[in-house]
Amino acid sequence: MIAKWIRAFGLFWFDFIVGDDWRLAFGVIAGLGLTAILAHAVSVAAWWAAPVVVIAVLVWSTLLAGRKARKA
Amino acid sequence: MSAGFLFVAVFLACVVEAVEALTIVLAVGLTRGWRAPAYGTGAALLVLAVVVAALGPALKLIPLHTIQLIVGGLLLVFGLQWIRKAMLRASGIKAKHDEDAIYNKEVAAASGVATKAGTFDSYSFRIAFMGVLLEGLEVAFIVLTFGTTQGNIPLAAIAAAAAIVVVVGIGVAVRAPLAKVPENTLKYVVGLLLTTFGLFWGAEGAGAKWPASDASILVLLAILAALSLGVVQLLKRGQQAHAEPAAPTVTPEMSQS
Repeated sequence: MIAKWIRAFGLFWFDFIVGDDWRLAFGVIAGLGLTAILAHAVSVAAWWAAPVVVIAVLVWSTLLAGRKARKA
Repeated sequence: MSAGFLFVAVFLACVVEAVEALTIVLAVGLTRGWRAPAYGTGAALLVLAVVVAALGPALKLIPLHTIQLIVGGLLLVFGLQWIRKAMLRASGIKAKHDEDAIYNKEVAAASGVATKAGTFDSYSFRIAFMGVLLEGLEVAFIVLTFGTTQGNIPLAAIAAAAAIVVVVGIGVAVRAPLAKVPENTLKYVVGLLLTTFGLFWGAEGAGAKWPASDASILVLLAILAALSLGVVQLLKRGQQAHAEPAAPTVTPEMSQS
């Protein structure tokens, strides 16, 4: 009973945060992670990294959804 | 970011969520009576108040850079989902959000569940509670994140309350789902705003310094808007090419005949 409740609770938050496509959440982690590495480990201007990665993943994910919808 | 920008962003986001919650509560309330949905709505608001009261002060204890990183990341995740859906809807690939259709579906579901006379309508309570809680969680999240990052939770809360008062006021007056609210366009705009602020705060939290400081927000917003409109055009073209049957090949001989 408790395990079932914990599973449902976890699934609710996964769906609430990750949503329709896991690639978007992955892109956010990758973009912000790259920014942090560039800013702290390499010490170069890092402001461009998150927008480039995130926008690229958004375009990819949306076009992929469009292609899948046309095939269906 | 100016206080006006904060107010508009939170207000628009909360209008969208309030319209969705109102549709659910109206559907069960008008179909099965108001007592249980009113209790359900009240209980959900109570839970949300506890969430905000608990998380609000706790967020203030976390260092600003960490807050910016977490808040920016979450705003990005939500914003990107909203923009993606909005682009797919604008290009005709995904069905548009239709409050009338959702309302009718909820009414049909509510009409099909029997109640015993004289007993508390637990079905209506549960539907209203879940609807308000789920949509309200997003409102609470937006208020807390925007408010904390800008150091102005009261203004964010006022913007959210104003949105709820306006939507509920109109809903009570017309006693019908607010289908005329341009919800799909609003979601597009809100998705752009959430993504823009998410990128700005998230990157700052990760250690980046924006070259134009706060003015970078407007540049990011313009780039995202232009790119997303470009993707919509691409998707529309793909849809048209897929829908049109292959044109017959016309040879010179055929065209002459």
